[in-house]
Amino acid sequence: MNTVYLDNSATTKVDDEVLKVMLPYFSQNYGNASSIYSIGRENRKAIEDAREKVAKILNCNSNEVYFTAGGSESDNTAIKGIAYANKNKGNHIITSKIEHPAVLETCKKLEKDGFEVSYISVDENGILNLEELKDSIRPTTILISVMFANNEIGTIQPIKEIGEIAKEKGIYFHTDAVQAVGNIKIDVEKLNIDSLSLSAHKFYGPKGIGALYVRKNVPFVKFIDGGHQERNKRAGTENVAGIVGLGKAIELAYKDLDEHNEKIKKLRDYYVEQVEKRIPYIKVNGDRNKRLPGNSNISFRFIEGESLLLNLDLKGICASSGSACTSGSLDPSHVLLAIGLPHEIAHGSLRVSIGKYNTKEEIDYVVDSLVEIVERLRNMSPLWEEFIENGGNN
Amino acid sequence: MEYTQKVIHHYTNPRNVGKIEDASGVGEVGNPVCGDIMKMYIKVENNIIVDVKFKTFGCGAAIATSSISTEMIKGKTIEEALELKNTDVVNELGGLPPVKIHCSVLAEEAIHEAIADYYRKEGKMTEEEIIKKCKLKEKKECEACGH
Ligand SMILES: Cc1ncc(COP(=O)(O)O)c(C=O)c1O
Repeated sequence: MNTVYLDNSATTKVDDEVLKVMLPYFSQNYGNASSIYSIGRENRKAIEDAREKVAKILNCNSNEVYFTAGGSESDNTAIKGIAYANKNKGNHIITSKIEHPAVLETCKKLEKDGFEVSYISVDENGILNLEELKDSIRPTTILISVMFANNEIGTIQPIKEIGEIAKEKGIYFHTDAVQAVGNIKIDVEKLNIDSLSLSAHKFYGPKGIGALYVRKNVPFVKFIDGGHQERNKRAGTENVAGIVGLGKAIELAYKDLDEHNEKIKKLRDYYVEQVEKRIPYIKVNGDRNKRLPGNSNISFRFIEGESLLLNLDLKGICASSGSACTSGSLDPSHVLLAIGLPHEIAHGSLRVSIGKYNTKEEIDYVVDSLVEIVERLRNMSPLWEEFIENGGNN
Repeated sequence: MEYTQKVIHHYTNPRNVGKIEDASGVGEVGNPVCGDIMKMYIKVENNIIVDVKFKTFGCGAAIATSSISTEMIKGKTIEEALELKNTDVVNELGGLPPVKIHCSVLAEEAIHEAIADYYRKEGKMTEEEIIKKCKLKEKKECEACGH
């Protein structure tokens, strides 16, 4: 059975071109980039080339880019780093209710350490409430951290407006752009972004490597203590192969961004349209327009997400759900609850995230499979039975 | 999340799915907020459960525990069915991940509720006797998630 991979928001397949440029760094180019002999020096250069590539895409200076072990580390470094470095100025941080756990848990940790955090709500489409954001600003606010695009419902936030507000008030602005990089053009100058997190495995690069942009003169405390790597801001022998892979991946992603986006958006729209046409009693979650091109999130009423995923898996289809059983906690996704979905509808959500390797044939296969599975699970569902017995209207 | 082959087998080919139109008793447990509801229909003749069907809204484990427990009580006397413990269901499935144990508890409770409903319809026992015999739990918050 073929695998139909539709979980590109979770991670992506490493592009062959990316893998090719990485491989030598596992074999002949194994030198430590801090060493002075040639196989070390060459690796230093490879790292700096990759840094240049990231800087060019973000429109920042290469000495404002730090390599990390991924999106979670970048978020931790930015938020904790900026918070601790600026705590003499204030102890208040603003974020949103729909952040990734890498941000939310970091903020919760800071709350235990004397910081105060405001979690701003979002509307029914998942767009941040800007008025609430403005109203929550205090004289002690030192940092605003709002994600660029959401990993579950794909909603893209009003980053430019948030950047303007932050700049006007003299508050540092960090954005978790892990889902956005590779999908959206980002200019940190134009958008007044002071710090940004990205992760290579979301744009056809390797896992376990990311980058953090921090604007020059924004003080932040080093997160991983040890050696002097990354201009003494992140200790640890550099993951040269990973860094080279990240550099290549970001370059490729932006080389044909418009083409890539057009292709996956078309497939996504086709998927949503087909599901809407062929399956009744569904709800499309997240903003229809301000969203990542490959993301779709649909709730299928009267059924539960994990059983949907298991049945899709039996057909070789990989996707994800915001149901409690898949979130690893006992509640469904905090994002779906934040956009006001009742629990039972949040339990029945399915995220299908399309990537550059997907085809229309795969989408047709998935929709056909969904029609069959949803019908079968509904026929098994007491909620559906009740709904039909009550005349099918509520 | 690791499911045993037997669990996979039961959620892919659940036995006894459906509804019994002239059921002797119906039991429904769980709630949509937690993400699990089980509804069990039984047909009783001469104190024997001659038929049983279920409908479940829930995860793979919820479907598998419903399915296997219907198999385990079919053809049994009411007393034997009341003896069925959630741990028996788990064992029969070759185990369940710890976070899914509550699904087996729901299956046990659904059977008890269905039998209680049968006794109520029969009208020979007082509510107190039924609660005792069927070991009914008070309707309270879901132990697993607090809803
Ligand atoms: C929005 C967002 N932030 C952070 C992360 C964490 O990134 P990583 O898996 O590279 O640590 C992810 C990915 O899971 C994400 O989607």
